[in-house]
Amino acid sequence: MVMRKQEKMYVVSQKEIAYDIFELVLKGDLVATLSQPGQFVNVKTGDGALILRRPISICNIDHQKSELTLVYRATGAGTKVLSEKKAGEYVDILGPLGTGFDLDQIEMDNTVVLIGGGIGVPPLYETAKRLSARGNKVIAVLGFANVGDVFYEEKFKEFADVYVATMDGTKGFQGHVLDLIQEEGLDFDWVLGCGPHVMLNGIVTAYKGLKKGFLSFEERMACGTGACYACVKEMADESRTRVCKEGPVYDMNEVCYF
Amino acid sequence: MNKLSIKLPGLDLKNPIIPASGCFGFGREFAEYYDLSVLGSIMIKATSVEPRLGNPTPRVAETPGGMLNAIGLQNPGVDKVMATELPFLEQFNLPIIANIAGTTTEDYVTVAEKISKVANVAALELNISCPNVKEGGITFGTDALVAAELTKAVKQVSQVPVYVKLSPNVTHIVRIAKAVEEAGADGITMINTLLGMRLDLKTGKPIIANGTGGLSGPAIKPVAIRMVHDVYKAVKIPIIGMGGIMTAEDVLEFLYAGARAVAVGTANFVDPYVCPDIIEQLPEVLTKHGFDSVQDAVGFAHR
Repeated sequence: MVMRKQEKMYVVSQKEIAYDIFELVLKGDLVATLSQPGQFVNVKTGDGALILRRPISICNIDHQKSELTLVYRATGAGTKVLSEKKAGEYVDILGPLGTGFDLDQIEMDNTVVLIGGGIGVPPLYETAKRLSARGNKVIAVLGFANVGDVFYEEKFKEFADVYVATMDGTKGFQGHVLDLIQEEGLDFDWVLGCGPHVMLNGIVTAYKGLKKGFLSFEERMACGTGACYACVKEMADESRTRVCKEGPVYDMNEVCYF
Repeated sequence: MNKLSIKLPGLDLKNPIIPASGCFGFGREFAEYYDLSVLGSIMIKATSVEPRLGNPTPRVAETPGGMLNAIGLQNPGVDKVMATELPFLEQFNLPIIANIAGTTTEDYVTVAEKISKVANVAALELNISCPNVKEGGITFGTDALVAAELTKAVKQVSQVPVYVKLSPNVTHIVRIAKAVEEAGADGITMINTLLGMRLDLKTGKPIIANGTGGLSGPAIKPVAIRMVHDVYKAVKIPIIGMGGIMTAEDVLEFLYAGARAVAVGTANFVDPYVCPDIIEQLPEVLTKHGFDSVQDAVGFAHR
């Protein structure tokens, strides 16, 4: 029998690190099974009436401490209940789920730009750590709505050259992340992106066919395990894949505009 | 004798727990979590003549105690299911219940004729109650005459017993149940989802791209129990009950109402281990309530 992919994990800490953005550190045996950056876990929020789990990307994996970090935005009813969990309590976690960033495809001497938008930033943190460890030059371009939303800028600096953009200019560059890249004249071989659809569309439009890249998509899910076919995404060859199974990370050159 | 074992036409089940159609794919995803041989059976995802891409997204919306879905019967078509999915399931010690769907009587007959010849297919489940496709599906399940005609047509070609999956979106479910029994159905599975809708408060438009969706989950369990209870009194053919089962206690409630076996649907989305967990807990729950076997608890509400 394979190891159970579900565990009630111990809450080490939880804090609000930006406006409505929470950092939750969990401890448990399940961490030993985590490896690929960009995968997610499915979280029972603890609200009895809302039965479905909430898919949340894995932000940091610490195998030595058996800890994983989730950074999520508490806007809906379920995530709000989750944000009230305190150190010493337990959270029911299922995972790891989905297909993450296949870093083996990236040459060791390649420069990689990580483009994160808002709550799309977290999975890029573990990714930056891994890329840096294997010797890649890493550039992180992080976009937020305003200064109150910014998080993890300092933490990324350990592994990457960091640029921050805000839509209203209250921190860093004013405007879109793609404009920032152009303005700064950043050069790179690979682009790895996670963020709102409009941002991912912008990346596809700008770099499809020109650069190599992986993009992590979001879609409304029910099961998160590939069974229910709720979160399908159309591919360039017109096939339909499941964001929770074949995704959430896709080869930039194989996805459709949408 | 195993206290969980139970017999139904075509189905010699080691336990009464069956993942419901549409909630378990063709088993592949769950085989990553546990050995599917522990299950009583599997109701595979609805299979149609041609491949279907399904509806646009969003396809699901959460509701208190449940969810709405409008997947739209996405499946690779009967030939592919027979070439790849059913052979995959052969490695498990399981009788398979093949759920079949169509837009015309001919569609159902074509799929039934082909798929009922496959060695591990032990029974068919006629999906005449899917609320999420524009043609076929529920239109067959809301009219007693039409449902009976379709049942007859499929019975003529099927090599295995035929179960008919009833829709709760009718005024008199007992009438439909009696009509399909008279038409030769070997059993009834019930209930499919309840037609529902959720609106986005910002746009005023439905959250689900299809507009309406089928409501499932614990919220619908009382409706399902009531309908199984009513139909049990009116027909002689066995019932496989479903609708919001999350625990072994829920299973017992369905057995009391008259189900001989049960299907577990939405709970698989919440906990992929729910079926083996229920199977493990069921003997204790039966004992606690004074029953020696599943068989003993069937129809207890009517004694």
